[in-house]
Amino acid sequence: MAVVSASKKSVAVNPLKQSQPLGAAFAFLGLKGMMPLFHGSQGCTAFAKVMLVRHFREAIPMSTTAMTEVTTILGGEDNVETAILTLVEKAKPEIIGLLTTGLTETRGDDMEGILRSIRKRHPELLPLPIVFVSTPDYKGALQDGFAAATESIMRELPQPGEVRPDQITILVSSAFTPGDVQEIKEIVTAFGMTPVVVPDLSASLDGHLEDSFSPTTSGGTTLAQLREIGSSVYTLALGESMRGAAEILEKRLNTPYEVFPQLTGLDAVDEFLHALATISGNSVPEKYRRQRRQLQDAMLDTHFYLGRKRVSLALEPDLLSAIVWFLKSMGAEIHAAVTTTRSPLLEQLPLETVTIGDLEDFEKLAVGSDLLITNSHGNAIAKRLHIPLYRQGFPIFDRLGNGFFTKVGYRGTIQMLFDIGNLLMEEEAKEQHRML
Amino acid sequence: MKITQGKINELLSEPGCEHNHKKDQKGKNKSCTQQAQPGAAQGGCAFDGASIALVPITDVAHLVHGPIACSGNSWGSRGSQSSGPMLYKMGFTTDLSENDVIFGGEKRLFRSIVEVAERYNPAAVFVYSTCVTALIGDDMDAVCQSAQKKVGIPVVPVNSPGFIGSKNLGNRVGGESLLEYVVGTAEPEYTTPYDINLIGEYNIAGEMWNVLPLFEKLGIRVLAKITGDARYKEVCYAHRAKLNVMICSKALINMARKMEERYGIPYIEESFYGIDDINRCLRNIAAKLGDEDLKERVEKLIAEETAKLDVTLAPYRDRLKGKRVVLYTGGVKSWSIISAAKDLGIEVVATSTKKSTEEDKARIKELLGKDGMMLEKGSPQELLRVISQTKADMLIAGGRNQYTALKAKIPFLDINQERHHPYAGYEGMVEMARELEEALYSPVWQQVRKPAPWDAATDASLTDASLTDEADGISVSVIDNVSVSSATKSVAGTDGISVSVIDNVSVSSATKSVAREVL
Repeated sequence: MAVVSASKKSVAVNPLKQSQPLGAAFAFLGLKGMMPLFHGSQGCTAFAKVMLVRHFREAIPMSTTAMTEVTTILGGEDNVETAILTLVEKAKPEIIGLLTTGLTETRGDDMEGILRSIRKRHPELLPLPIVFVSTPDYKGALQDGFAAATESIMRELPQPGEVRPDQITILVSSAFTPGDVQEIKEIVTAFGMTPVVVPDLSASLDGHLEDSFSPTTSGGTTLAQLREIGSSVYTLALGESMRGAAEILEKRLNTPYEVFPQLTGLDAVDEFLHALATISGNSVPEKYRRQRRQLQDAMLDTHFYLGRKRVSLALEPDLLSAIVWFLKSMGAEIHAAVTTTRSPLLEQLPLETVTIGDLEDFEKLAVGSDLLITNSHGNAIAKRLHIPLYRQGFPIFDRLGNGFFTKVGYRGTIQMLFDIGNLLMEEEAKEQHRML
Repeated sequence: MKITQGKINELLSEPGCEHNHKKDQKGKNKSCTQQAQPGAAQGGCAFDGASIALVPITDVAHLVHGPIACSGNSWGSRGSQSSGPMLYKMGFTTDLSENDVIFGGEKRLFRSIVEVAERYNPAAVFVYSTCVTALIGDDMDAVCQSAQKKVGIPVVPVNSPGFIGSKNLGNRVGGESLLEYVVGTAEPEYTTPYDINLIGEYNIAGEMWNVLPLFEKLGIRVLAKITGDARYKEVCYAHRAKLNVMICSKALINMARKMEERYGIPYIEESFYGIDDINRCLRNIAAKLGDEDLKERVEKLIAEETAKLDVTLAPYRDRLKGKRVVLYTGGVKSWSIISAAKDLGIEVVATSTKKSTEEDKARIKELLGKDGMMLEKGSPQELLRVISQTKADMLIAGGRNQYTALKAKIPFLDINQERHHPYAGYEGMVEMARELEEALYSPVWQQVRKPAPWDAATDASLTDASLTDEADGISVSVIDNVSVSSATKSVAGTDGISVSVIDNVSVSSATKSVAREVL
């Protein structure tokens, strides 16, 4: 229903999007014992690392092949080899996630060939899985890189196995936080199912103290779990961008799948729980029946504040779509929507237009709205336009607890409702004060 | 200005930099020409360095010519502050698409410069090249030149593809662009015999504002700030200063040295951290400007400020005395912070010398005494090991190591460019003392190191397992048996060294008071 328009200007001002390699590395961080390796100049890694550290306030393992001008011209094979051998010696990863950047994609390194010849020279690397993904910076955005890495993982690691009726594979897109993943795991487990979550950010970036220092990710989906994905009875892809990975599993292992584009809002959660009840053969636990009534009550309390409010959003497609549908379900109006990259979700949105653009476009389109929803870069815009900002997406560097925040399930939906309701209530109070 | 290999070599072997002077005068110090190691390197690239050096110019539009990663993953994140224009905080990029990579990005760049100039009215546009645009061979200098004709404001090319080297080299590349295209292109309204430039001070966390009032009080005029809180125009007339004062950084030494060559402006290298250093800085400026009156005013100001500081710092000195810290930072800061710490009665038990020059190292030796450790390497594992070995109370380092310390439950102070508190000047000393005190005495340390009561009961029985740890005999008191035991348990696992380190720390620091009483 929506027309997707791309910005016509040449220059991007205040970019909304981040690069594909950052997204791929982000996904890799949800595997245990992982060391993401950027094949590019050292800055590619440093920038991505700093962003993730600022958002999560966590130590982030990440490494680089440190390409120079000369090695770029000669080809990166030596650098990839040295990097892998150094990492094996120093960081002892259980798995390496190798991704390309704009630099090495422009140069055109034959990565598959490079990996084959490194493996031939170093048979000792045989037990070490190296998942490769091609992620040029000049294409796509964070969400695409995240999805591409998950697809590579699905292509390379799961093995066929005897189907276990209680095991279910859950693929989680970049629209979900570690807190979301935790909640999803709890819900699935409550139905008597054993979830294999990929990538499982709830075990690596949830913000917890370990007993010891680890140079790689200390938690996440384990290799054993990844290999056993072939035994899952079903795949649930959470977020449209996970469809590709789910299709790979269907093709390779005959696992049927279903895509749930969002898990926020009454209808979305209802559908998810209904599906789990059907797949597991167990009825919906009392706990969630209760939470459902709580959510309905919260909707009554908050609808005064959200109804007819004009909201402008600048988010990646999966998250944008989830929140747009949720806000519509609460009676809010969408004033403007800006996003980073193409997605089949965009055309279906209940809006006239969606702009693929930057925060400069957003600032122009958002004039006259009641609420902004975007990442921390929106703060400067919120100040200039005198419109309150609800922070979502990536990066959020001026708020604590980004790994902990939960917006999925009935409970997460209630949380988001109250967060937004409180912001709008405060604004209303200010407005009344001004009228006095 | 093209960045050729010759140009890079020239910047890397900058004769003004002591990195290139070995003690015995033989050969060159390798630290600048060293290449980043695949799999081990952690730092930023030359583009990062050029941005650090130039983005603080507040009324300039900084346009990054490259794919989204270079700008999209970094814009708006730098800590330098502005007293006016906020244009420098905006992210401008050509955000190259695959088509641009195939057909060249020059047209898009030209149109981008025009759009930025028309819509945002900047004092100038700085255009940064990146790996991809260097590789596809865009002639950025030519595009900048023709765009400048069209828009009528300066368009300055900065040839800073990340793959030419480290952050440090990037700083110098940024400096070259200023020398080539900016410095000397305008004249100040008037000059005074007390005009100086500050070079390499980026006003992180508003630090410069602790120092500028001192200069004002003394009648010293800061003609150009290069580049913290600078306006484009002041950099243009930097060539009329009487003295260049380089702050805490060899990064822009090429600027200082070449300005001496071209304009006869002498330069001195100073630091604003610590009482001794700020005193020395003011005295050296007065001496170089050669004015007796000024020298007198400086002495008077120093007497006043230090007297005032003694009063303000007294309570902190009591609380900080005897605390032990490990310092991990680069270059000049590796000794200037030691001197600041000493002012507060804090003992620096180890410091990094990775990026230090021979001269820096000599000063460090002097300041540390014979027991101090000099660290060449700084992996997180190594840092944790040293902290444990030296029984240090806290780590002072760059933001990159913040979580190395915190995750190991060790107090931490951020000293690098991402920091949020200004530590320069006399006022900065108070700020630093306050931050150190807060970090060291926070009530959270005891709580985050405390095991759950149910674990305490079961784990205590395991303490006899294998307490083979060095020199810590006495200090293993009842209080921390528990965390010791959990450490030794995991030591049995795969990664012996790095594991044992962490809990030793909590043992040693938590029980040090006990150990002292025993002794």
